[in-house]
Amino acid sequence: MSEHVLEKQFVDLAHQSETAELGIWGFIATEVLFLGGLFAAYGFFRYLHPVGVAAAASHTDLAIGTVNTIVLLTSSFFMSWSSLAARDGESRPAGVLMLITAALGIVFLGLKAIEYAEDIHEHLWPGPGFSLSTPDPKSGEVFYFLYWLLTGIHALHLLVGIGAILVIANRARRGVFTRAYHSPVRVVSLYWHFVDVVWIFLFVLIYLPGRAP
Amino acid sequence: MPRPPRRLVFVWLILLLLLGGNIALAFVGLSVLAPVAHIAVAATMAVTVLVIFMELDRGVSLFWVFAGAGFFWLALLFVLTAADYLTRYSFTPS
Repeated sequence: MSEHVLEKQFVDLAHQSETAELGIWGFIATEVLFLGGLFAAYGFFRYLHPVGVAAAASHTDLAIGTVNTIVLLTSSFFMSWSSLAARDGESRPAGVLMLITAALGIVFLGLKAIEYAEDIHEHLWPGPGFSLSTPDPKSGEVFYFLYWLLTGIHALHLLVGIGAILVIANRARRGVFTRAYHSPVRVVSLYWHFVDVVWIFLFVLIYLPGRAP
Repeated sequence: MPRPPRRLVFVWLILLLLLGGNIALAFVGLSVLAPVAHIAVAATMAVTVLVIFMELDRGVSLFWVFAGAGFFWLALLFVLTAADYLTRYSFTPS
């Protein structure tokens, strides 16, 4: 191991790791505040227009949404496995598992891109060209505004996560991580799982309403 | 390559089962209870990810405080907004 890993402001690696983890938990808390406002907007709009939202949501692609949820949950499984491997000092296997995680993230984004193309083809982009054959298309337009905003922000977070994972995977490939030093894997893992948690709720709010016969 | 810990495999399968259950619920026709049921299952999945995959069960107490602070603020946001929207005469569901 040739890389310098202990920053001078910390007493030891354990102190540094705990601070890094606390930092990412603080960041996650700010993300909850940021996304919470959008979820609240969705929640109260749906409370006021339940029929319009359900009708609009039934036009989303449940098959792609379901496959993407499975892909993301599976990526979280590989990320957790990678984190445990890094903790055991298995740096290179941890890197391989992170590459699988990033690949699943890319699959998610690819499927989302296909879904977005379908949505645009069906004129579901809010604005002058918006078209939706439901009894309450105006509520449907607001639903699709929130759909694009929430899933777009989520996709951006996923893209950042993929980039971060690839950077840390490259360090893992060089054998940097040991039993004593593996906090970067842990930090990127926490970020990735949080993005997964956000999707778990987005899936329920976007794809499931309006499915009952 | 190290073998995947059984605990992680088990949790992953549970998450997939909960996802399947939530999708099945969408086709049952629970009417007004549907959103509550869906959110309850999603919250169960989220807590599972937080505790097992994010290892809150093994972290120091301060991590719980930081994680809890975000969700406490979220609860305040929803409760106080609901206090307005759910009690105004002019805001009734259409």
